[in-house]
Amino acid sequence: MTDAHTARQPETFAFSSENADKAKAIITKYPPRFQASAVMPLLDLAQRQNDGWLPKAAMNHVAEMLQMPPIRVYEVATFYTMYNLKPVGKHHIQVCTNLPCWLRGSDVVVGACKRTLAIDFGMTTEDGMFTLSEVECLGACVNAPMMQINDDYYEDLDSDTTEKILSTLKSGGKPKPGSQIGRHTCEPAGGLTTLTDAGPPAMKAAKRKMADKGTDR
Amino acid sequence: MLSDADRIFTNIYGLGEPGLAGARARGDWDGTKALLTMGREKIVQVIKDSGLRGRGGAGFGTGMKWSFMPKEMGPRPHYLVINADEGEPGTCKDREILRSEPHKLIEGALVAAFAIGANAAYCYVRGEFYRETEALQRGVDEAYATGLIGKDACKSGYPFDFYIHRGAGAYICGEESALIESLEGKKGQPRMKPPFPAAVGAFGCPTTVNNVESIAVAPAILRRGAAWFAKLGKPNNTGTKLFNISGHINQPCTVEEEMGVPLMELIERHAGGVRGGWNNLLAVIPGGASVPILPKSVCDTVHMDFDSLQKVKSGLGTAAVMVMDKSTDVVRAIARLSRFYKHESCGQCTPCREGTGWMWRMMERLVRGEATIEEIDLLQEVTKQVEGHTICALGDAAAWPIQGLIRHFRPELERRIADRAAAETEAA
Repeated sequence: MTDAHTARQPETFAFSSENADKAKAIITKYPPRFQASAVMPLLDLAQRQNDGWLPKAAMNHVAEMLQMPPIRVYEVATFYTMYNLKPVGKHHIQVCTNLPCWLRGSDVVVGACKRTLAIDFGMTTEDGMFTLSEVECLGACVNAPMMQINDDYYEDLDSDTTEKILSTLKSGGKPKPGSQIGRHTCEPAGGLTTLTDAGPPAMKAAKRKMADKGTDR
Repeated sequence: MLSDADRIFTNIYGLGEPGLAGARARGDWDGTKALLTMGREKIVQVIKDSGLRGRGGAGFGTGMKWSFMPKEMGPRPHYLVINADEGEPGTCKDREILRSEPHKLIEGALVAAFAIGANAAYCYVRGEFYRETEALQRGVDEAYATGLIGKDACKSGYPFDFYIHRGAGAYICGEESALIESLEGKKGQPRMKPPFPAAVGAFGCPTTVNNVESIAVAPAILRRGAAWFAKLGKPNNTGTKLFNISGHINQPCTVEEEMGVPLMELIERHAGGVRGGWNNLLAVIPGGASVPILPKSVCDTVHMDFDSLQKVKSGLGTAAVMVMDKSTDVVRAIARLSRFYKHESCGQCTPCREGTGWMWRMMERLVRGEATIEEIDLLQEVTKQVEGHTICALGDAAAWPIQGLIRHFRPELERRIADRAAAETEAA
């Protein structure tokens, strides 16, 4: 197994044939002469191919594909926070500590992460499984506190649910994303206060289910 | 209270099927072709008459913005750019539209693009919204597959393409010109204006940038009429609005309510009330991180609309209501926002690049009371030096929360300084 946190900058990078096709399709989304617009999606594609981080060779490869001076690609890669310029763990845990999450206990979530993973922010576990990052608002504020793990949001967290999610990941499982207190999305936990008049049957059934849940709590 | 019949986002909680069948059952894509046959001018006029103000924070008239686009098509194509780079702390409304009501956005994009003479829309979605982007893409694929968009959108003869562009983690890209820079494959640094996007926007072409919610409500307004929308809310603050209520309430939620709804009603009716009761309320930030905080005394009576909140020296912003009860360390809360702005400053303008860091460091000292009374005034002065002296509004956004804190909680700042001084004297 590659030890993610000791991985070196690879000499070369090339898109897999599948990703090369994807890259070509992405470029066609933008007007002719503006293929540089594809730099962000292509860097993302490269990062996904390369275990979640973006080596310099990948930036050069993208620069060549888009006929951009490499420095323009480096500028983009270093400006945006989602490009990881060094290796990250298999599970990238990103905890929001901005105001709405903080008000609802993100300190506790942070504590649970640090305790369970035995690492601090900006660090990766010895086995290369987890990287822990502190991030700014992820836009799920009515489901605070929350964290993002790779592409998924885990919401309405507390100490226990945070630990449970991380333990599940440790043991190779896949925790269920979304609200951890049984909310469907962003509705009030105690039951709907709007949109109760009518709706398609499926909606009504879902509402009933929710209303039942509401009384359980 | 707004009746369900007047609600636009009837699937905002995603309890119904977000796909095309569900969307059609809720009335989306119903006679869209007929909407287009109204013609460009009429569509813009209806949106103007409805009084719809941009839902991204600034509250500029949507119809007015559309009318700035060149009337005659020149050699350059026009573009619609949809701002789904939702990142203002407290704000999570567009996320729900993307994942639960994608067809409202796609249909709205078609009519808006038609109204401004654009044959393509680029929807810039914040990079972290990966699942939301997938949901939107599913909607786009369905719309293409059924001919609702594409070479002959809704059999109207009008060609229309909808593209999704994912961001990669930069709050500043929510600023429209930074968003355009980013869309063109550059660092997200705001452009000087003029020229405005309607003259030179994306790819050097006339462009309109609108928030997700502004676009998504357009078809409903066109179907039900400007008068219907205008009768909701208050004069100059019309229609319905998605509110995000977060923080110290019993049931955080997103809800569509009438513009001008009393803040207290919003919190009590929909969010289960303030934790510990209304009298346990300390303060509310009513419109996302950048708008000034309001103490309970103002919250008791204030209404949630652009003009009412401006009158009390705050703002509706994105209608992201952050509630703080009496247990909150309010200085620390604002200091956290200062840290956010310092992190997100793009570094282009000196007052913002240097000022956001300076203000944050000063705020951290004030949290601990490690300052002098005069330094409160100095901080106030520095916020005024940053505000209005930068290319974009991020500098202003960093300044306003601090100004709000000083305006309403100065005694708390002074108390901390005095306590600290007393403790030091005792120790010495």
